[in-house]
Amino acid sequence: MVIYKKPLQFIIAALFSVMPIIANANPTVDSVATTTEQTAKENVSEEQKKVEERAEFIQHHLLDSHGFTLFSYGEKENEHHVGFPLPVILWDEGLHIFSSSEFKHDTAIVESKGKYFKIEHGIVYSCDKNGVVDHQAHTNPLKRPLDFSITKNVFMILVVGLLMFLLFGGLAKSYKKNNGIAKGVGRFFEPIVIFVRDEIAIPNIGEKHYKKYMSHLLSVFFFIWFLNMFGLTPLGVNVTGNIAITAALAIITYLITNISANKNYWGHIFWMPGVPPIMRIVLAPIELLGTIIKPFSLTIRLYANMVAGHIVLMSIIAMMYTFNNVAGSGFSFVLAFVLSILEILVAGLQAYIFTMLTALYFGSACEEHHHEEAHH
Amino acid sequence: MGTIPNLVGAGLIVIGAGLGIGKIGGSAMDAIARQPEASGKIQTAMLIAAALIEGIGFAAFFMGK
Repeated sequence: MVIYKKPLQFIIAALFSVMPIIANANPTVDSVATTTEQTAKENVSEEQKKVEERAEFIQHHLLDSHGFTLFSYGEKENEHHVGFPLPVILWDEGLHIFSSSEFKHDTAIVESKGKYFKIEHGIVYSCDKNGVVDHQAHTNPLKRPLDFSITKNVFMILVVGLLMFLLFGGLAKSYKKNNGIAKGVGRFFEPIVIFVRDEIAIPNIGEKHYKKYMSHLLSVFFFIWFLNMFGLTPLGVNVTGNIAITAALAIITYLITNISANKNYWGHIFWMPGVPPIMRIVLAPIELLGTIIKPFSLTIRLYANMVAGHIVLMSIIAMMYTFNNVAGSGFSFVLAFVLSILEILVAGLQAYIFTMLTALYFGSACEEHHHEEAHH
Repeated sequence: MGTIPNLVGAGLIVIGAGLGIGKIGGSAMDAIARQPEASGKIQTAMLIAAALIEGIGFAAFFMGK
């Protein structure tokens, strides 16, 4: 217990000792004051441009994209992107399928079956020959082509789905082969599966009903956890930081809760037992609204946590370019390193909390009557 | 960027959420100090309560933005 605390203390001490160096190492204050107003203005605009560039870079990282770019190098005109294209599947009065490499990193106009398409800020628009987009399409999604593309996020979902299928399929098989003892990588995942069962499912749902919900709880837990962890790798994916995906997960939870709910659950929503009749009428719409707010808060929590984590991490990495010296870069490296460790914790914690709350909602849906009696 | 009332409102809610989570954490610490053997259960309850408040805080943050 003592050993693991020491490096942390060391890192904190190192951080504080580096701080004054950074303040001294920045010569900008004096030099800018002596230059003429003209150059000062230029400096500001140059600096402003750089800040905007970084903000755009971070924004770009958070968005979904039609191709998979691993990294880029070079300056503006001769910038090279290393990655691989993904299929673009569009429905615009007919099916259009082509490779995302034809967009040439969102700069080119693609012609497919007499229709023209271009990408602006990660969204595909249909346009005319010269690349002019109908201005209504920017505000009205119905004017855009329907986009079923295998984007970066969809690709990562498929990868994680396949990974989970192979991992847990293998784990299940190894039980059969090995007389009920897990083998290989399954030995790592078995305690986590048992943790989900014993610490999340059984306490919240109860011994009697937990089994039918286990498949969903385990899928959601590992799906979110794996995607959160992939988000921390240099692959640059941000799947759980996409509100559509967290919303889809929450809607599945909502549907399962309400479809499997028993009489007792609906009784508590529309005709709350144990309160005066007038209050029951007042409580019914509030409780009904509550069922919708629950999945909504699930959505927002996971999405906001992951987006906030990514923004903070990338901002700290971008600080290297702001400081532009050895001490500052070292400072932001150490800070980013410590924060990455925190993010690993958050990745697991968010998966845990999402699963835990899902189990809590399932528990309320299949609660027996005698449980409630104790509360009154 | 939202309008100033939006930002102020979001800020107030975030302050409230921060105070709430702080209080939950403090109470959980007290409870664990009193009953160290129940620390697992207390931690779970603490995380659920903190997560519920955090959801509101984030919602306010994104609406204000």
